[in-house]
Amino acid sequence: MKVAYFLGCNVALRTYEYDAAVRRIAEKFGIELMDSKDFVCCGYPAAPQDHSTFLALAAQNLVAAEEMGVDYIVSVCNSCTATLSKVNKLLKENEKEREHINKILKNSIGKEFKGTLEVRHFLRFIYEEVGLDEIKKAITNKLNPVRVAPHYGCHYLKPPEVFDFFEDPIVPHTADDLMALTGVVPVKYENMKQCCGGAILAVDEDTSISMVREKLIHVHEAQADVLAVHCPFCNVMYGEYQKDPRIDIDFKVPVIFTPQILGLALGFDAKQLGMKKKVAKLFLEPQEAPESKSEEVGAHG
Amino acid sequence: MGEEREQEKGKKKSGEFQVITEDQLDPQFKYEIIKEPGGENFLRCMQCGTCTASCPVKAIDPDYNCRRIIRMALIGDKESVLKSKFIWMCSTCYSCYERCPQDVKITELMFALKNIAVKYGYIHPSIKAQLDLLEKFGALLEISEFENRMREKYGLPKINQSPEKVKKVLEKEKIKDVIEGDS
Repeated sequence: MKVAYFLGCNVALRTYEYDAAVRRIAEKFGIELMDSKDFVCCGYPAAPQDHSTFLALAAQNLVAAEEMGVDYIVSVCNSCTATLSKVNKLLKENEKEREHINKILKNSIGKEFKGTLEVRHFLRFIYEEVGLDEIKKAITNKLNPVRVAPHYGCHYLKPPEVFDFFEDPIVPHTADDLMALTGVVPVKYENMKQCCGGAILAVDEDTSISMVREKLIHVHEAQADVLAVHCPFCNVMYGEYQKDPRIDIDFKVPVIFTPQILGLALGFDAKQLGMKKKVAKLFLEPQEAPESKSEEVGAHG
Repeated sequence: MGEEREQEKGKKKSGEFQVITEDQLDPQFKYEIIKEPGGENFLRCMQCGTCTASCPVKAIDPDYNCRRIIRMALIGDKESVLKSKFIWMCSTCYSCYERCPQDVKITELMFALKNIAVKYGYIHPSIKAQLDLLEKFGALLEISEFENRMREKYGLPKINQSPEKVKKVLEKEKIKDVIEGDS
């Protein structure tokens, strides 16, 4: 099956490992991810300034995907997925908006929105199109029962009507279901749906960093070994900003991408998934019980 | 003394009372909001405060209060709303949107307020900076040779940015003039 693959700004140059893991998994299930040089910014950053600029930018990407003759445009960023889904739905349903945007597109790039495709997040796409049974059959490596705290991200869940109510916005489960197939243990933790604060990073850095700090503490308190995300910006917030001196915590929470866990279970190695060897070992190699580990540290000084 | 009072007019600090006189209010403001995309359900608000109670930004910064922003907009305190830093502080998590019993669609309402603010020449500098980047690169970040070399290392295809296309759309939208003219 061929689908248009919408990377988005952050995945393209900040989270190569995410991109790599997604491409490996897609290949495994015979999904051909088609890149396009006609894709531009999804439009989300223009939303605060001007509604119709926001629509036009998103529509430009939808049009580029429509021209590829595919049924789906698959994105790996929560915000890109939400933006493209929202605009795709709006332009399909609202004739007035569609005419207005088509006038802009005709005059600027000489093209028109037709409304022939659907937008999906990669995780939703494999959940629905490949299905849990097929994914389970393809698993070759049973992973260790690592405690994984899933972070869904706001724009993966809400508003649910934008995503055809495929996921429960109150008790989300799709990432948990996918991860549970591999042998890891998805854990629940306090305030699980807390926002990463990425959207206001540039407006009020202190507030968004406090939001990151709270999340990391909750994940740590639930004794999770890693935090798994499926949005590049949530990863930037929890991964990169974890090093910020304003976050005065005395522990580290490794942040990985949900598809990397799936990739390990599907038989790919750490390098193919752009994973740190140390983190991959946690999932693959026999682990010593925490007690004996501390004894060993003591014995070797 | 009179001058001082004049200067204090319009200035607000949280936790302090301030008398708002009728001449400071614009009764037409609410109609302006419901015409803006995202603001359609604005008049439904009954001030229950579910939005504020759900807000993750409020949980960190007690001064941020979306119910209060809506109240100020409802009574027509236009200038205070549009000048406020708070309308830019919505993290667009959609928690309030989901929980609002009146379906005010607050996250979208915040976008509407921001869009109106931009029309009047108030724009947060960080948001303007994002637009500048879009114009320059067609994306929020620049992909240089270095990034493409890194992508190659991970076995990923090269990326070519196409800012011309974004520029064309932005020009048609004239959003550029609005921002450049007023900042």
